Amino acid sequence: MAELQFREAIREAIDEEMAREEKVFIMGEEVAEYNGAYKVTEGLLDKYGYKRVIDTPISELGFSGIGVGAAMNGLRPIVEFMTFNFAVLAADQIINHASKAGYMTGGQITMPIVFRGANASAGQLGATHSVAFDSMYAHFPGLKVIYTSEPDDAKGLLKSAIRDDNPVLFMESEQMYGMKGEVSEEEDYIIPIGKGKVKREGSDVTVVAHGKMYHVAKQAAAQLEKDGVDVEIIDPRTVKPLDLPLIVESIKKTNRCVVVDEAHPFAGFAAEIGFLIQREAFDYLDAPVQRVTLPDVNAPFAKNLLDAWLPSPKNVIDAVNQVTYRN
Amino acid sequence: MAKKKNDDINFAPRGRGTEKDGAVQKGVDLPKPTKKKHKSLGLTEDNLKAMYEQMYLQRRFEERAMQQYQKGKFGGFLHLYIGQEAVSTGTVFALNDDDDIITAYRDHGWGLCRGITANEGMAELFGKKTGCSKGKGGSMHFAKTENHFWGGYGIVGGHIPIGGGLAFANKYNQNGRISATFFGDGAVDQGALHETFNIANLWGLPAIFAVENNGYSMGTAARRHTVTEIVDRAKAYGMKSKVVNGMDVFSVYEAMKEVSEEVRENSEPYFLEIRTYRYRGHSMSDPQKYRTKEELDEYQKIDPIERLKTYLKDNKIMKDEEIQEIEDKVEQEVLDAVEFADNSDFPDESELYDDMFAEEEPYFHN
Ligand SMILES: Cc1ncc(C[n+]2csc(CCOP(=O)(O)OP(=O)(O)O)c2C)c(N)n1
Ligand SMILES: [Mg+2]
Repeated sequence: MAELQFREAIREAIDEEMAREEKVFIMGEEVAEYNGAYKVTEGLLDKYGYKRVIDTPISELGFSGIGVGAAMNGLRPIVEFMTFNFAVLAADQIINHASKAGYMTGGQITMPIVFRGANASAGQLGATHSVAFDSMYAHFPGLKVIYTSEPDDAKGLLKSAIRDDNPVLFMESEQMYGMKGEVSEEEDYIIPIGKGKVKREGSDVTVVAHGKMYHVAKQAAAQLEKDGVDVEIIDPRTVKPLDLPLIVESIKKTNRCVVVDEAHPFAGFAAEIGFLIQREAFDYLDAPVQRVTLPDVNAPFAKNLLDAWLPSPKNVIDAVNQVTYRN
Repeated sequence: MAKKKNDDINFAPRGRGTEKDGAVQKGVDLPKPTKKKHKSLGLTEDNLKAMYEQMYLQRRFEERAMQQYQKGKFGGFLHLYIGQEAVSTGTVFALNDDDDIITAYRDHGWGLCRGITANEGMAELFGKKTGCSKGKGGSMHFAKTENHFWGGYGIVGGHIPIGGGLAFANKYNQNGRISATFFGDGAVDQGALHETFNIANLWGLPAIFAVENNGYSMGTAARRHTVTEIVDRAKAYGMKSKVVNGMDVFSVYEAMKEVSEEVRENSEPYFLEIRTYRYRGHSMSDPQKYRTKEELDEYQKIDPIERLKTYLKDNKIMKDEEIQEIEDKVEQEVLDAVEFADNSDFPDESELYDDMFAEEEPYFHN
C-alpha cells in the first residue's frame, strides 16, 4: 500500500490508463498549462503533450459535446469539469446525447467517455457552487455514476470507468483532494463498477453513505461506539449501478438503516435506497429507514447557516438514535 | 499533402500571431486613452472629486477585505477587482441611475459604485445578516436591486442572457431605461453570449454588453482561450462595437456616455470590449505563474486611480491636502466597515429557509 492524496490517486489512474491506451485523452478548463485547477492533472501535459492533455475555453457545452463526438468516433475522452456545478451547462450533451445516442441508433454507437470533476459543496461557495448531482444523473438511463470517498476506491474505479464502453460520471470533492489514504500498489489495480464495500463492520445499525458523506458517517460511528452502538457503514461507491445486495445483506444483520446523502431530499439517492430496502428487506426491518440529507433549501453563504445546512455527524447520530429507539 | 505525424498534432490554442503553444504572453493591448479633458466630457470638478473618492473606496475596501480574509474572518472565494476600478466608476457616472447593471462574481467595485455601503459590503463578505444580501450570497453575490444593481453571478456567462432580459423588460415597459451587462473575457466563449447577441439584435434590445477584458481567464491568457479579437464577436451578429481603454476613467466615461445614448435612442444592443487588468490573482489561492512581474508592473504604472489623482493635481482641481482628506475619510469609512461587519450578527438559523419562495409560508419538502 502507498499513502496517496486523493488527487494523486486520481492522477495515477488517468496516467496509467493514458499510458496503456493511446486513445485516452483528457480535456477541460486549466487541465494542461495550469496543471489543473485542483492540481489533479499536474505533470500530465509534460508527459503526454498537447495532443492528449488539452486546455479548453470556458465552453462546457461545446467541449463536452466534442468529447461525445470523439467518443462516438473511436476515442476515449476524459472530460474534466472544474465542478459538476458547471456541468449543468453541458447537461444537454450528457443527458440528451451521451446517454441516448447508442440506444436510438439501434446499438450502432458506443460511447466510451468519462465526465469527471468535483461534486457537491466545498465550503462557503454559495448557492450555485454547492450542489450534489450524483443522484440527478443516476436518474437517467444509460449513465453510470460513481462518487467515491477514499483514494483507493477512486483509483480502482476511475481506471474501470476509463475502460468502460459507456458514459460514466466520476465524481470527486474539492474538499477531499488533499485527503490521504492507503492505495493498493497492485499492478493495474481495478475495482469493478457496481461493487460497494463494507467500510466498517457493526451489528446494530447499517449506515449507507458515499462520497464526502462517508466521512461524516464515520465520525458519527466513532462517537456512537463510545455510546455502545455498533455501526456498520456501507459505502456503495458506485451510485448506479447500485450494489443493493450488499446493503440488503447488512440490513438482514442489523435490521435498521440510515442513509446519508449530500443532496436535497426529493427523489434523491436516499429516497431511492429507502424504497429499495422496503421492497427487498421489509421483513427484516425493526424500524422505518431514516435519511440524513440536505434540506430542501439552496446553499447559504453565511458560515453558521452553511453549517446548519450540511449533514453533520450530529444529524447522523440523531437518525441512528431514532432507528434504534434510543431517544 | 503529407500526412502529419502523430507527434505534430496538438490541440493547444493557436492564439494569434507569433505566439508559441501555451507560451504565456501579454493578455491585452490597450487602445489610446481619450485626449479630452473633463470639461469637454461634460464632467464638473465635483464629479471628478466624487469619482476619485469612489475609485479610492473600491480600492481600499478590497485591500482591507483581503486582510480580513487572510486573518480568517471569512471564507469562500474572494475575487478582487483591484486595477479595474475605472470601468465600474466610468460606467456608473455615465449611465442614468435607473439604468440596470448586472455583472459577474468580481462584483465588489460594481456594488460599491451603485450604492452598496462599505458597511453593507463588508458585512456581506463576512456572511453577516447586515450584509447587502443578508449574508446569503457572500463575495460573489453583492446586489442592490433598489439601485438597479442586479447583482454578481458565479456561473461564467450565465448572467449574459439575463442582462438581455433586463433590457427586454425595459423595452416592453417603454420606460426609457437600458441595461448594461458586464462579464469577463472568459465568458465570451460561452454559448450563452452568442445566443444572446443574436436575439438582442433580432429584437432590438436596449442593452450594452461589455466584456472587461483583464487579460486572463483564471490562468489562461485571453489570447489562449479565444480566436480573433474579442470585439469582433459583435460582427457576426451585426452589432455595433468599440474597444475602450479601461485603465482610464475618462475613456470609459466617454464611451459609455456615447454608447448609452445611442442604445437608448435607437433601442439596439452594443458590444464593448473594455481592456483592463487585474492586479491580484484570480482569487486568493492563485499562484499566478502564468504572468510575469514585469507585465503586472507595466499596468500598475498606469494605475487608474493614480492617473486621476495626477490629473486632479496637474489641473489644479485639488491640492495634495484635499486629496489626502478624501483618502483619510475613505480609510476611516472602510475601517469602520470592518468593525461593523465584525460586530454584526450572523443570520439567525431560522433565516436559512427565508428568501426561497414568494409565499409567506412556503412548502419545503422533508
Ligand atoms: C460555467 C462556469 N465554468 C467555470 C467556472 C469557473 N471559473 C470561475 S471564474 C473563471 C474564469 C473566468 O475568467 P473571466 O471571465 O476572464 O473573468 P475574470 O475572472 O477575469 O474577471 C472560471 C473558469 C465557473 N464559475 N462557471
Ligand atoms: Mg478575465
